[in-house]
Amino acid sequence: MSSLSEEVDMLRRVPLFAQIEPSKLKLLAFTSERLAFDENQDVFRQGDEGDAAYVIMQGSADVVVNTPKGETVVAVLGDNAFIGEIAILCDVPRTATIRAKSDLQTLKIKKEDFLGLVKEFPDMAVEVMRELAARLGKTTAELSQVRQQLDAKGT
Amino acid sequence: MQGYEGELWGLAWVDDILMESSLFKYIWRYTRAQQIWILTIILISMVPYFLALDLPKRIVNGPIQGQGFEGEGATQPFLQIAFDVPSWISSVGTVTLFNGFELGQLPFLFCLCATFLGFVCINGLFKFYINTYKGRLGERMLRRLRYQLLDRILRFPNSYFRRIKAPEAATMIKDEVEPLGGFIGDMLVQPVFLGGQALTAMLFIMVQDFWLGAIAGSIVLVQAFLIPRLRRRLLILGKRRQLTARALAGRVGEVVDGINNVHTNDTSNWERADLASRLGTIFAIRYELFQRKFFIKFLNNFLAQLTPFMFYLIGGYLVITGDLDIGQLVAVIAAYKDLPGPVADLIAYDQQRLDVQIKYTQVIEQFQPDNMMEPELQTPPAGPVPEIKEGFAVSRVGVVDDAGTNLLESATFKFGPNEQVAAVGTVNSGAETMADVMARITVPTSGSISLEGQSLDDHHESLTGRRTAYVGPDVYLPQTSFRDALFYGLKHQPVRERPPEEVDPKERAWEIAEAALAGNTDLDIKAEWLDFEALGTEDLKVADEVARNLLDVVELRQDVFDLGLRGQVDPEQDPELAAKFIEARKALRQRLEDPALSKLVELFEPNSYSLQASVGENLLFGTALGPTFEREKLVGNTYVREVLSKCGLDQAFFDMGHKIAETATELFKDLPPDHPFFERLSFMTSEEIPEYEAALARSASQSLTDASSADQEMFLRLPFDYVEPQHRFGLLDDDMKNKLLEARTAFREGLPETHSDAIAFYDPEVYNPAASLQDNILMGRVAYGVAEGPEKVRDVIHDVLDELELRDEVFQVGLNFNVGNGGKRLNVSQRQKLSLARALIKKPDILIVNRALTALDSRTQQRIIERVLQMASGEDGSDPFGVFWVLQAPRFAEAFKRVLVFDKGALAEDDTPANLLEQGGHYTTLVSST
Repeated sequence: MSSLSEEVDMLRRVPLFAQIEPSKLKLLAFTSERLAFDENQDVFRQGDEGDAAYVIMQGSADVVVNTPKGETVVAVLGDNAFIGEIAILCDVPRTATIRAKSDLQTLKIKKEDFLGLVKEFPDMAVEVMRELAARLGKTTAELSQVRQQLDAKGT
Repeated sequence: MQGYEGELWGLAWVDDILMESSLFKYIWRYTRAQQIWILTIILISMVPYFLALDLPKRIVNGPIQGQGFEGEGATQPFLQIAFDVPSWISSVGTVTLFNGFELGQLPFLFCLCATFLGFVCINGLFKFYINTYKGRLGERMLRRLRYQLLDRILRFPNSYFRRIKAPEAATMIKDEVEPLGGFIGDMLVQPVFLGGQALTAMLFIMVQDFWLGAIAGSIVLVQAFLIPRLRRRLLILGKRRQLTARALAGRVGEVVDGINNVHTNDTSNWERADLASRLGTIFAIRYELFQRKFFIKFLNNFLAQLTPFMFYLIGGYLVITGDLDIGQLVAVIAAYKDLPGPVADLIAYDQQRLDVQIKYTQVIEQFQPDNMMEPELQTPPAGPVPEIKEGFAVSRVGVVDDAGTNLLESATFKFGPNEQVAAVGTVNSGAETMADVMARITVPTSGSISLEGQSLDDHHESLTGRRTAYVGPDVYLPQTSFRDALFYGLKHQPVRERPPEEVDPKERAWEIAEAALAGNTDLDIKAEWLDFEALGTEDLKVADEVARNLLDVVELRQDVFDLGLRGQVDPEQDPELAAKFIEARKALRQRLEDPALSKLVELFEPNSYSLQASVGENLLFGTALGPTFEREKLVGNTYVREVLSKCGLDQAFFDMGHKIAETATELFKDLPPDHPFFERLSFMTSEEIPEYEAALARSASQSLTDASSADQEMFLRLPFDYVEPQHRFGLLDDDMKNKLLEARTAFREGLPETHSDAIAFYDPEVYNPAASLQDNILMGRVAYGVAEGPEKVRDVIHDVLDELELRDEVFQVGLNFNVGNGGKRLNVSQRQKLSLARALIKKPDILIVNRALTALDSRTQQRIIERVLQMASGEDGSDPFGVFWVLQAPRFAEAFKRVLVFDKGALAEDDTPANLLEQGGHYTTLVSST
């Protein structure tokens, strides 16, 4: 039987939520919706407007990107993966299609619910910010590494 | 109109003489004969009445006291007819016409008593007849008056409705004329009668003594002089009372109609103050009225008592001085007893007369506007209505509104039934006014508009109302079924009488006779009114087909189908239909056996717990009919509680309620009370969170029996709404489910007789009359948490309905959907589409559309316009018709062959769209700016 506590456990394993108080995660889980997808069903499509993010509870999903040559699977996501999180932080269209690879259990977190929680509990906002900053730091580091490699090639 | 020719309309439609300004004249005009008749009857009834008055004396004096029966075996004549001839005529003395029967004392008593009983019956019957007659006379008159007022509303000039508020008109017709009914029967009888009584008493006093008579007379004169003067103020107050009460009705109507504005502007207190001040004014008026009324009453009584005082004083003086003998004085005083009663009643009658006269005048004033439509323009025509061949000729038409604004200036053009014309312009450019003028809604202030070469104003409404159709920006739908709303424009006059088996000829004859007696129309509302000729068919099935096609034109068919799925079917009224949907249910169940689909729906099975439904629903396993088993009332229902405790569930429910309350308060305690998340919490409101926290603290370790009854109810209430897959608190284990299933059976089996019609149980084999059509087909719940679940289920249901060819039936149910007060159960775009369909169904020669699709998105508007134009040009084989369409967006004009461009109230351009674009005038600007 699915229950809130199970979902809270799952949410805690998502890095963005890792540092957030369990009671707040429980509220987030309560306001979220359990949603099951069939094999090959699209969770969302590239170019759609993003209104929610999903946590994979069970099963796996392909990340599919449209290229001029047709669709290409660029990654496979499994348990605990957090999909479409950028969409609930800012307004951007979906950058890829997510397609269920098997029967897929997810937790759907709607944008306005997530933002409503963040607004209400500034601590949560700080945690999210910290996580995003960490990611940015990581990305920046990677970028500079790539630059160095490029420079090294160029010379 | 075969078989239903004009002779039926041979009744006096409405006599349209200006209504009489005096109520008396008005009543007299219509009830002269009846008034005289009732007066005669009353006079006749006086004979037995006075005879009966004499009888008791005779019974007591005669047989009882034994007067005239002194000797043994003495007899008296019964029913002897004899009278004394006055000595100045003849000296015959007593003339005996009939000697009567000689009877002994006891038989005489019996006979007299029997006679007395006979008189009691006769008098009673007279009274009964007179009262019934008067009542009927009054009610008929009231019916006539109300009908005339209603008839006038139907003929008022449109501009007049800007001044008159709907609730005010309703109050006038319903309440203000009501007291007239009671007055009409007494109008003539009362004064004649009371006046007669008063005069007799007066005369008697005069005969006894002139001076005493003069005193009594002069005091009556003082009354007659004083009271009307005092009453003048009463009249003014009466008028004001009526007007303020009417205005109150108007204001209440405004508040109700504009209740959203009140809420969105937080003006409820302003409205409260306004209503309170009006109530205050009404109170003040009524209070003053009462004071004055009672003062007049006091004065009346005082004057009435003053007379005996004068009698004693002056009469006594006269007796002492010897100018009057004591017998006369006693007779005068005795006679005077009969005077104040009738005089007071006369004054009361006069008061009532004035009252109803005021009410009447105040109402009539509002119903005499200038320029009312002639009644002849509305009488149902006997023959077919001619088609429009030439169309409109508009010549220098101008419209100026009340405020003096030029809405339209000097517009001149011609437009026929073979043309499709677009009228464009900015808002209030004059195009809208032009459409209203053509539809006869607005009357031009200058210039002339003619239809078929005859002034539009002079046309019978049957021509403009049937051969042209108008769709305006405001849609008003009366509260009927969707079908009736759609066919509304086809109900001009009865085309066929009711089939004989549906008519009770006696009842119908009575209806017709009564209608004639009250000057009402006798058109049968239950006859067949659908204009089959316009519809092109007499077959109602084909008519529905026509409707379906038109709903396709306005893209409303799917909506009606959805309304059908949400609608209800009464299996008792329509068992065949219900059976068909049970078939659909079975077919759906078969499909759902497919594993890919089975997880979408959880079917209701009597022997298994339905996770997707709430605990309360699982317990009831049915739909509540009426308030007894409503969701919120379950916990307070004694029978439900009884079942719970019998099945050992009460403690379990209490514990479950505890857990729900714990989780809910834990989740929500930190949120501000206005947070939108509270909407997700179906169990409690934000205000209740602290209450539950306190209750949890109070009863942390308590069992159900230790908790106070208020706490019991607080916690027991919660589990009813719990749905496991939705709330996911993890509170339902197998043991609990089994117990709930037991409780379900116990609930059903032990249901007391008194509640048997309070619930319709779910049964896979039976149609549930309380549930919607869709719920009946499904007989289950769409599962939570399946992506696109509801959409997939809908597709499967549609497939099943297609397979069983039940779409038509669903559509029929949708046509029966009640559109609600003012059509408010439909959304704005549905209402607009419906009103366009309603215009098209008339098959008009000319269709006038005035910014009527504003609520639709522009793509839908364009598609609908194109389809209507296709119909209008006759491309689809139907009869072509003319279109005058005031467009919302000028670019839609491309689809039309001719465009009229209005600018600042004037007709600026008139050409084909291509030519207009070339010229680069207003049209180009309009098109390029949107």
